[in-house]
Amino acid sequence: MNLPPLYVKIQEEIEKYALDYGLDFFETIFEMVDYDQMNEIAAYGGFPTRYPHWRFGMEYEGLSKRYAYGLSKIYEMVINNNPCYAYLLEANELVDQKIVMAHVYGHCDFFKNNQWFVNTNRKMMDEMANHATRMRRYIDKLGYDVVEEFIDRCLSIENLIDRHSPFIKRHKEGDITSERTVQLLKSDHGYMDSFINPSDFIKSQEDKIVSEAKQKQKFPERPEQDVLLFLMNYGPLQPWQRDVLSIIREEAYYYSPQGMTKIMNEGWASYWHSKIMTQKALKDSEVVDYADHHSGTVAQQPGSLNPYKLGIELFKHIEDRWNKGKFGKDYDDCDDYLAKKNWNKDVGLGRNKIFEVRRNYNDVTFIDTFLTEEFCVENKMFVYGFNRRTGQYEINTRMFPEIKKKLLFQLTNWGQPIIHVMDGNYENKGELFLEHLHEGVDLQPNYTAETMKNLYVLWTRPINLKTVMEGQGKIYRFDGVDLKEQNIDTGPGPQPQPSLGDDV
Amino acid sequence: MILHIKQDHNRFREIVKGKIRSNFKKYISQGEMIGKRENDFVSIPMPSIEIPHFQYGPKNSGGVGQGEGENGSPLGGDPKEGDGGEAGNAPGEHLLEVDLTFEELAEILGEELKLPNIEPRGQRQIKALKTKYTGLHHVGPDSLRHFKTTYKEALKRQISSGTYDPENPVIIPIKKDMRFRSYKFAEQPQSNAVIIYMMDVSGSMGDEQKEIVRLETFWIHTWLRSQYKEIETRFIIHDAAAKEVDEETFFRTRESGGTLISSAYSLAQKMIDEEYPISEWNIYPFHFSDGDNWSGEDTRFCVDLLKDKMLKAANVFCYGQVESKYGSGQFIKDLEKEFAEDDRVITSRIENRDGIYASIKDFLGKGK
Repeated sequence: MNLPPLYVKIQEEIEKYALDYGLDFFETIFEMVDYDQMNEIAAYGGFPTRYPHWRFGMEYEGLSKRYAYGLSKIYEMVINNNPCYAYLLEANELVDQKIVMAHVYGHCDFFKNNQWFVNTNRKMMDEMANHATRMRRYIDKLGYDVVEEFIDRCLSIENLIDRHSPFIKRHKEGDITSERTVQLLKSDHGYMDSFINPSDFIKSQEDKIVSEAKQKQKFPERPEQDVLLFLMNYGPLQPWQRDVLSIIREEAYYYSPQGMTKIMNEGWASYWHSKIMTQKALKDSEVVDYADHHSGTVAQQPGSLNPYKLGIELFKHIEDRWNKGKFGKDYDDCDDYLAKKNWNKDVGLGRNKIFEVRRNYNDVTFIDTFLTEEFCVENKMFVYGFNRRTGQYEINTRMFPEIKKKLLFQLTNWGQPIIHVMDGNYENKGELFLEHLHEGVDLQPNYTAETMKNLYVLWTRPINLKTVMEGQGKIYRFDGVDLKEQNIDTGPGPQPQPSLGDDV
Repeated sequence: MILHIKQDHNRFREIVKGKIRSNFKKYISQGEMIGKRENDFVSIPMPSIEIPHFQYGPKNSGGVGQGEGENGSPLGGDPKEGDGGEAGNAPGEHLLEVDLTFEELAEILGEELKLPNIEPRGQRQIKALKTKYTGLHHVGPDSLRHFKTTYKEALKRQISSGTYDPENPVIIPIKKDMRFRSYKFAEQPQSNAVIIYMMDVSGSMGDEQKEIVRLETFWIHTWLRSQYKEIETRFIIHDAAAKEVDEETFFRTRESGGTLISSAYSLAQKMIDEEYPISEWNIYPFHFSDGDNWSGEDTRFCVDLLKDKMLKAANVFCYGQVESKYGSGQFIKDLEKEFAEDDRVITSRIENRDGIYASIKDFLGKGK
């Protein structure tokens, strides 16, 4: 439903404030929906035109129930698209709608300007509809169950994508290598040959060529993190299956930057709704409702991390530091606690800095660069862990390095394990060999087994996964019937050398 | 905005029902499920249906939080990242609560246990007027206008009056062409049933035995209510004397003292005589006990009562004997001896929770 006239006026007003602050966004279209429509749209990940699948129904059931019991309510939703679409909840009060609009403009600005979104499809609303059309065509042709089952399998590995690949060229193109022979050094006198080109030198050169050739024969040549792409290229799939897989992959890449910038995106939007509201749009009579709503948005559940809160605080922290000149060599070198605390060079670069940050960073680099010890102390951050002895989660430490490390680990690769295809012809039997880059946290065993079964269906040959479980290196192998595990010390099978984008 | 979530939602519910079906034995013997029943719904907890991924195990991971507390102080509940608004994507082994209507549940029960539908015996004519839109009228509201017939009438009129032009086949209905759907009253036979639950609450029936009875009655009730329009339930508890109670009391009362089964049967018979004429009601007396009766004499009395009166009134008489440490279990043998040839008496031994499944099939599998 289009906005009623009153809201159109408000929208124009808030849009103007946002522009005045220097926010830069695609045209933003607001639609008014009731709670049920909101739940439906949210269940479809924001796209009412998505292809049919039961998991959207499950999401919808969950959202509807939580709404019915008053546990949660979706205030707003905004879609990264050109034009941006944003949905407002009909039942919200006027002041809530204002906040939401201001918040939405923050998101839209972020979508348009953050570099991680540069490669996302800005016509995704149409693209999703196209996907749905293709899916429906396959369903009509092959039957619902067949397509659904295949979608389930593909979704099972949708997290195995290479989030940086839109920005990095992993493979040299046109890398044609001719047959190479050992280049002998030039010698004028025959009797000098054995000295200028000693036989062990020739041998070592030959070995090198052989091993390079072997490397070339490897399949894939280098570890491939985009497992979906690998399957699309080399999996024994029918054309429709390849297409479905490509749809799933494309949507996974579309959503990926939103996962990579959750803290920043929400922080940025919250920063701007509070700026716009408190400095411009808020009427006296709305102050209490605004405060109530805003504090609800950035409230911390005891012991959990609210991305809205962390994001907005960190942005404010950065703005404050750059306003006061708390950066650079002088500041870093200063040992005097009091001097540092009261540091104020009055340089006023804060606003510029946060705009720069919103353009160039993602959650990982954001935290890595700007999380400071004083920020952690101020915001009472801690690391928690599961205590097997007491069977509950407990606070482990409030040490800054630990917090930062944990936070970065949680965020890296969107909190998903990093898994590479190491070999598509393992032991020369056409088996798939995957390797999990173990970073201290084990995979969830039962899910791992189920996922391997799904992979087996796609690859049709046994699946091997190398990982670590409880400190023990293991290779799991699913051969279509049984899942077997084998303990290993250090890598038999392909050598673990996941190269992360340093190939070009 | 046209949305197709209903389709996906239905598909999801189909999957859920499939899961319930495949684990049905487990659900039958579990009490948690029926703890949460409402008037028309049963809320069934089940492991959330998830698409498996390679993902980190939850127990090892931990994370970063904000708030007060010393090192080592526990966090309440399961911490996970606060999800402000967007559709959640946090994995976890959470439970799903699925609401099923009693009809859906009965359908699953019926399919799983291969229960035959019941042929109702007594039929009471209720003047519940069911409206059926079967006829056509000349007058009616526009919302009920029958387009096709109206068109035909107009066509007929135009052809017969010569105003129909095949070159320009425009049909304009006038008032007397209009036809509207109209309803008729249809009387439908409605069958009613009463279930009279009787339970021994003497000292030898422990909590576990009562829980078994509670589960069993839940499933019986679910099935019978799917078979009859109206269903009434009555509850009688007895030790040496019988009294009628409400459902709550039925499952909670614990008496000590002796057991006179005949007391319950007499009371049930009295109920039938006074309130449930055989011609109008399907009557289902169920009796649960651990099989101890006070005396052979009383058992004799019970058997006579059944033979002379109750079996003539009831569709079927069901006796479930719940195994207990104390009961002798004699009563079921006596019944089986007396009614070996009589299929109006169904007996079933329930050894433990796992026996509930078979026992429900015993009781309801005959289609009576």
